[in-house]
Amino acid sequence: MKIGSRAGLAGWLLLLPLILWFVAFVVVPTAILIGCAFCDRDDLGRIVYHFTWENFRRTVDPVYVTIFIRSIACAGLTTVICLAAGFPAAWFIGRAKPSVRSTLLLLVMVPFWTSFLIRTYAWMTLLKQEGLINGLLEYLKIIRSPLPMLYTPGAIVLGLVYAYLPFMILPIYASAEKLDGSLIEAAHDLGAGPLRVFSSVIVPLTLPGIAAGVLMVFVPAIGMFAVTDLMGGARVPLIGNVIQNQFMQARDWPFGAALGVVFLLLFAIVYWILQRAPGAAGPHHD
Amino acid sequence: MIEARNITKRFGDFVAVRDVSLAVAPGEFLTLLGPSGCGKTTLLRVLAGFERPDEGAVLLEGKEITDLPPYRRNLNQVFQSYALFPHLSVEDNVAFGLKMRGTPAADRERRVHSALDGVALKGFEHRKPDQLSGGQRQRVALARALVCEPKVLLLDEPLSALDAKLRKAMQIELKQLQRRTGLSFVFVTHDQQEALTLSDRIAIMNAGRIEQMGTPEEIYRRPRTAFAADFIGQANLIVLRVEARAADLVRLRSAEGWSAKLPAGEVPAGANEITASARPENVRPGSGDAGAALTLAARVETRVFEGASDRLILVSTGGARLQAMVAAGSGPETGVEAEWYVPAGKLVALAR
Repeated sequence: MKIGSRAGLAGWLLLLPLILWFVAFVVVPTAILIGCAFCDRDDLGRIVYHFTWENFRRTVDPVYVTIFIRSIACAGLTTVICLAAGFPAAWFIGRAKPSVRSTLLLLVMVPFWTSFLIRTYAWMTLLKQEGLINGLLEYLKIIRSPLPMLYTPGAIVLGLVYAYLPFMILPIYASAEKLDGSLIEAAHDLGAGPLRVFSSVIVPLTLPGIAAGVLMVFVPAIGMFAVTDLMGGARVPLIGNVIQNQFMQARDWPFGAALGVVFLLLFAIVYWILQRAPGAAGPHHD
Repeated sequence: MIEARNITKRFGDFVAVRDVSLAVAPGEFLTLLGPSGCGKTTLLRVLAGFERPDEGAVLLEGKEITDLPPYRRNLNQVFQSYALFPHLSVEDNVAFGLKMRGTPAADRERRVHSALDGVALKGFEHRKPDQLSGGQRQRVALARALVCEPKVLLLDEPLSALDAKLRKAMQIELKQLQRRTGLSFVFVTHDQQEALTLSDRIAIMNAGRIEQMGTPEEIYRRPRTAFAADFIGQANLIVLRVEARAADLVRLRSAEGWSAKLPAGEVPAGANEITASARPENVRPGSGDAGAALTLAARVETRVFEGASDRLILVSTGGARLQAMVAAGSGPETGVEAEWYVPAGKLVALAR
């Protein structure tokens, strides 16, 4: 980055609140987390400042590896569904007339006006045994006994997709809106049919948005515990639930911290890969 | 080569193109010239296939292509903004059309290189569009279209984004390219000088219609309408009342008392009043000979230096204004009342 390389005193002063925020709420907590991960605990769950690798050794226990893999699969599936559903929506909004566009964008944001937990409970009301969907299907004599919908892996993915779809739509929308329509016409003009235009012009040019969307859905989805607790009924624990458990019920902070650090490393790797993808988000130096 | 038959295109209530027909001959450079909103770009987009006409047909080499999508038409367009793919190198941009057509790689490479050679861009193969100047981008856009060997090349104001000097140079390049390839070009511009320089034929468009179609000389010398006279070059438009009709000559007079004569064939029978056009360079100082088409007296109000020539603003006693063009420094001084004339054949009666 060339801009800001000569920020000067005024520049640094303006940046100071952000830097303080960043240090207080990102750097320090992360340092505590990492430090804690190498500590021991006593029987009451108090941290004992005694260096150990034990916590990390426990994270590779098959039980937790399975949970890690399940979490990645769950978040991966959520990301794929969000991408498949979000891309057409984002494209449609981005290419709509400016007057219509703002209304459509508003509709994407409207769910944020209600608490996320309330919306999740609303889903539970819809999906539960004696819920609205089962009630309606039974009333219409389509089914005899209620379908099990809530507290299934499907319900978790549904909840995750519902929670994170806007985070896929918004960055892709931003790329789609910037795409010059004459590029699509030029591709048509040069003999590309609709599919070829999509694969060789639209996808490469919205890739930064796609990469940002994937990151913004996959990363939080993998650590989500509220949805899995409420809609999965804690029957299919994901890594978010396990970590939350260590800190709350099990009172094993060092092990929870170790899981958190492993988690953090995982994201660092994902981000590193995405950043190296051609045309992807993140700082460029060309 | 390419033909438009009775094309009408509406956008809601707005009629962008009204019943326009034109045919472009093989190897011809046809320019659609007009102010913004006259329908020239819409007509080009109909030819390219980006807009479906509400009425009429488009034919390429005698075959109707009205309903074919752009990617099934054997013609290519150069876009106003060039529309180069920003994620592809110069080489890949030019190769795009061939790839879509499934041209074998070896053949493709040869043709891409000869196309880049043809627009003097050898050595730029691996640059991205944002690493090129405006003129270079323009050339890539041309090469990208030409490499597909289209039957007709459509150009939508391709030079409008370039600065004046580069534009002149590109005009000459474009004309040479068209001669060399022998392709039919349909060129859209609002720049009359560009149209005069480049075209074999010009179609002047106004409010969705073609006002006049002809060679640049024809349109410049014998504009048919006031719009055509005013849009190409400069024109003095003079309203004249018919005074007397003879077998071969009509005598006319303006409200200022300027007297004019025109061949009888040029003034429609039964017309009491006509508008005539005279180019500033044809308004000359002096009384002229007996055959002069228009004679008048006027004072030189302003003299504007324009390099090789001076532009004079003339004012008659009645307050009517006229422009004359004389060699730099020649003709009556500013403030001098003098006689002026337009020679025979240089005063043109307009249809409307």
